Amino acid sequence: MTPLLVRPDHAGVEIGTALPPRTFTITRADLVRYAAASGDFNPIHWSERIARSAGLPDVIGHGMLTMALAIRVVTDWVGEPGAVVEYGTRFLRPVIVPDDDTGVPVTVTATVTERLAAPLVRIELTVRCGGAKVLGRTRAIVALGGPR
Amino acid sequence: MAVNRAFVGRTYTAGQPYEVGREKIREFAEAIGERADVIAPPTFPIVLSMRAESSAVLDPELGFDFSRVVHREQRFTYTRPVHAGDVLTVTVTLTQADTLGGNDLVAFQSEVATLTGEHICTTTTSLVSRAGSTP
Repeated sequence: MTPLLVRPDHAGVEIGTALPPRTFTITRADLVRYAAASGDFNPIHWSERIARSAGLPDVIGHGMLTMALAIRVVTDWVGEPGAVVEYGTRFLRPVIVPDDDTGVPVTVTATVTERLAAPLVRIELTVRCGGAKVLGRTRAIVALGGPR
Repeated sequence: MAVNRAFVGRTYTAGQPYEVGREKIREFAEAIGERADVIAPPTFPIVLSMRAESSAVLDPELGFDFSRVVHREQRFTYTRPVHAGDVLTVTVTLTQADTLGGNDLVAFQSEVATLTGEHICTTTTSLVSRAGSTP
C-alpha cells in the first residue's frame, strides 16, 4: 500500500468521501496478546469451555479489539492518532474466533457523513465479519489538518 | 439475581493513580497492530477505565453476574490523547443498573484526568449480563 503523503484537510473533504477500507484478520494469538495488553482476561476470549458454558458458540474476540482495529482506518487516513475527538460504537454481534492458523477476517469501511465546524468531520464506520455487521452506530469525530 | 438499582449514582475512585509508561503504550499499540509509544491509540483509556469499573462490577451487592457479561456499547470523548508519562486518575459513576428481558444491564461514565485535574477523556461503557438460558 502506498503511504498517504497528503493529509486530508477540512476544506477539501466532502460528505460521502470514502476512506481507504481495510480488512483485519483476528486469530486466537491476537486475543491472547490483546488480553495481556489491555488487562481484559475474561475467559470467554480464550477458553472454549468457558465461552460455551456462558452460552456462546465458541471463543469470541474482545469487542474492544474490534473497536481498536476499526478506528485505525480513520487514524491512518488522518495520519494522526491524536486527531480523534470522539469515538463510539455498539457491539451488535460477537466476532467468533476459530482455533486455527487462519483466524477470521473483519472488514472496515468508513465514510465522511458530516462536515462540522472546521477542523472537525464526522465519520461513520461499517464493520463486518462473515457478512454480518458486528458493530453498529460506529461513529467518530476527527480534527483534520494535524494534531490538536 | 437482578441487579441492584439502588447503586445508580454511586461513584468509585480507583485506588492508585495510573502512571502511563511508554512501553505500556507500545505493548497496547502492538496488540492492535499499531506502532506507537508516546501518544497512545484512541482506545487506550479502556485499560484504565475497565480496571476502575471492575471494582464496581465485582461488588457482590450490585448483583451483576460478570461470568455472563458482554460489552454492549462503548464511547470515548477526548480532550487530548493519553501521553507516556501521564499520571492519571479515574472516577467512575454507575449511571444505569436495569433488568430488561432477564438480562442485567449496567452503564458507567468514567472521567480520566491527570493528578493536577486536567481532563483527558470521558468514557462511557455499557455491559450486559445475559440471562442464564439464552445465548
